[in-house]
Amino acid sequence: MTDVMADPAAIPTTALWRSGGARTLNIGRAVLGKVVSAVIVLFIVATVAFLLVRISGDPLALLLPPDATQEQADQLAAQLGLNQPLLLQYLHYLGGLLHGDLGRSIFFDQPVVSLIGERLPATALLAVTAIVLSLVISLPAGILASVHRGRLTDTVISGIVLIGQSTPAFWIGIVFILLFAVRLRVLPAAGYGSAAHLVLPAVTLAIYSIAVVARVLRTSLADELSADYIRTATAKGLSRGQVVLGHGLRNASLPVVTVVGLELGSLLGGAILTEQVFSWPGIGRLTVEAISNRDFALVQGAVLFFALVFVVVNLLVDLSYTLLDPRVRLGR
Amino acid sequence: MINRVLRGRMAMPALIVLALVVLCAVLAPLLAPFDPNAQDLLTRLSPPQWTGGHLLGTDNLGRDVLSRLIYGARISLFVGLAVALISGTIGALIGIVAGYRGGWADRVLMRLADVQLAFPAILLALAVVAFLGNGLWVVIIVLGVTNWVSYARVTRSSVLSLRERDYVLEARAIGVGPATIMRRHLLPNVLASLITIAALNVASAIVVESALSFLGLGVPADIPTWGSMLADGQLYLGTSWWIAVFPGLALMLTALSINITGDAVRDAVDPRAYR
Amino acid sequence: MSAPILTVEDLRVDFALPGRTVHAVRGVSFEVRAGRTLAIVGESGSGKSATASSVLRLNPEPPASYPSGLIVYEGRDLLRLPEREMRDIRGDQIAMVFQDPMSSLNPVRRIGAQIAEVLHRHRGGRASQYHDDVLAALEAAGIDDPQRRADQYPHELSGGLRQRAMIAMALVAGPRLLIADEPTTALDVTVQAQILDVLADLQAERQMALLLITHDLGVVANMADDVLVMRAGEVVEQGDVLSILTDPQHPYTQQLLAATPRLREETPA
Repeated sequence: MTDVMADPAAIPTTALWRSGGARTLNIGRAVLGKVVSAVIVLFIVATVAFLLVRISGDPLALLLPPDATQEQADQLAAQLGLNQPLLLQYLHYLGGLLHGDLGRSIFFDQPVVSLIGERLPATALLAVTAIVLSLVISLPAGILASVHRGRLTDTVISGIVLIGQSTPAFWIGIVFILLFAVRLRVLPAAGYGSAAHLVLPAVTLAIYSIAVVARVLRTSLADELSADYIRTATAKGLSRGQVVLGHGLRNASLPVVTVVGLELGSLLGGAILTEQVFSWPGIGRLTVEAISNRDFALVQGAVLFFALVFVVVNLLVDLSYTLLDPRVRLGR
Repeated sequence: MINRVLRGRMAMPALIVLALVVLCAVLAPLLAPFDPNAQDLLTRLSPPQWTGGHLLGTDNLGRDVLSRLIYGARISLFVGLAVALISGTIGALIGIVAGYRGGWADRVLMRLADVQLAFPAILLALAVVAFLGNGLWVVIIVLGVTNWVSYARVTRSSVLSLRERDYVLEARAIGVGPATIMRRHLLPNVLASLITIAALNVASAIVVESALSFLGLGVPADIPTWGSMLADGQLYLGTSWWIAVFPGLALMLTALSINITGDAVRDAVDPRAYR
Repeated sequence: MSAPILTVEDLRVDFALPGRTVHAVRGVSFEVRAGRTLAIVGESGSGKSATASSVLRLNPEPPASYPSGLIVYEGRDLLRLPEREMRDIRGDQIAMVFQDPMSSLNPVRRIGAQIAEVLHRHRGGRASQYHDDVLAALEAAGIDDPQRRADQYPHELSGGLRQRAMIAMALVAGPRLLIADEPTTALDVTVQAQILDVLADLQAERQMALLLITHDLGVVANMADDVLVMRAGEVVEQGDVLSILTDPQHPYTQQLLAATPRLREETPA
């Protein structure tokens, strides 16, 4: 749960590459810079994962089931190249990663990649539904709150948002289950399969995002609406709606896009909890199971996968920011 | 306008709730009616009885919910404060280095900040716990080490704006060392912002810790925490709602009141910032 | 003399602040005529900007309110006009230019698009069909290479060019009255004269009425036909520019004039 709301400066700084060259050269260099950074981050994560496994104990003991035979141990040792110098192991490991080899799960006796592949659709469904839901609610809420800033509508919306942001999502999920599944019996308590099963988990997951996006939008739009060019727009004869939406919102949307992008990334983190609460068969739950089962290969694989997704999402968000704001684009 | 007035009014109840939580944490042994770990299988799963006995009911092992709630406050508060302290220190130091040295160090550190922000706390904590085992200090250190960014940003911008101030330039001209300058001029200015960030940090740390406990990956099972109570409670939702609802309520109220108090402090210090 | 385009009678403007009400404008009356420039002079806080914004009802209500007074345009009281009709007048018949062109222009939209928006709003159709009108407006405001400028963003233009663009935007629909609120204050001294020239030329061409708000007596001397001196929300003196500047009656006006450095007078030793 990134504390974006505590500190709007928590939105990543876009690296501005200054060059005296043409516009396209500017954008090109900026984009390249960000891609390179992203790749470096992935490297760091992969390296840390590599080291963690080696540090926390004998990797053989970690990566093998307790009842493994000596033969299996030897086989794995050879496979991992454990008798080779660390650097070679590392390179071997990186090579494996690039080929999509994330190891093999002890518990399920399957390659990690295929396990993730199986569970990915469920998590993706949940995450996408949650994001859509959150946008549908947070955008109008944020606009209303900022237009009526300081008045009752704003207070009510801001209050609800504050509660939504402070309440742990997994508890809300439990309360929902209590209310809708146990007491009212209108929705299933857990599981996967129908649209009804999707409702509670998606709403639970969406709540934090709704709060964050609504708050950022409100602040951003309110700031824009107090700018001089809004007065100019009114002086041109535009209606209130045209001014707020056409001028204010368009300008206010940049930080919001950034936050939405970040939320997409962190939703996957939130999904871990939500999937646990609702027994949703996604990657998050897989990871938790893996940890409980001490299935370290799977844990490592899942964490690397998450990292990949985050980095890619953040890269896209960063790039979109660069491309959307003409002030940034033109290298001001 | 109404917003600010109401926020001011909400600060009082928020502070009261916070005080209550602190009280519970500190005076747990005195306040808790029962031993939080005492099992009494005869009275298991009994509903809340306002009149006497178990005020908030018992859980599946006959343990008193209220007592566990009170003791749970200890862990939550301890974790929250420890995390805030560690993150704050790390963040402030990084911010000072970045702001003061500038140039290459600054760029690298700020890029690091972006990288750090990209990963949700839970995931990082999960990964570390997976490999290093669970336990109170593992959780605290992981959270402490990963939450430094906001502190660093604020400190850095303070240092940057301070560097160019006339009185600082003059102080340096007469040979006052950077450490003294930091102490005398930087700290007072930045302290208020740091405290605000710390408040919100505490709230989120408490929530993350309970999330981890909920997943069974936090504090060892014999110590009562709100998160593990929630996990236990979920299994008995059908019959005994109180086991899960009360700890969750405690979590929500604590996080809410910390957030409100943090907002109030921020408004009091600098009403224009971060609106 | 032609009939006045705008008549303001006993205008009062109040601002409700927490705890007190500020009477920003207390009974101001004046007329603005076609082809003539009325300058409202005063210090900051004199109520001149509030007066100017009131014509187009740009003051947010609340906290602003108009307890009494009339602003008559074409036989209608603008203060009591329904918002919808007010919007039709803004930008089309009465336009306004503001002090700081950098903050008064939308930073993320191209100049041309912002100007075209005015025509699109008032004449319908599609914004793209006004391309030539936009270029013509930019040229009229003295901007060379209007096509290139129209495609640029505000931050790519210098201060003077930005203000010219603002003027172009205000005049593109051919308003009968232009209100300019401190149009040169945010500009370099060298550029100020240019902008004033642009305004003067355009006014002469179109026989437009110009309501000029300023604190700078030099601007008054340069541009105004008639002058209104304001202080603390009230009109202290008014008349034609020559009389006011050469033979001020009210002590406040005299003070204002005395405060202006002059080249040829001897400074007291």
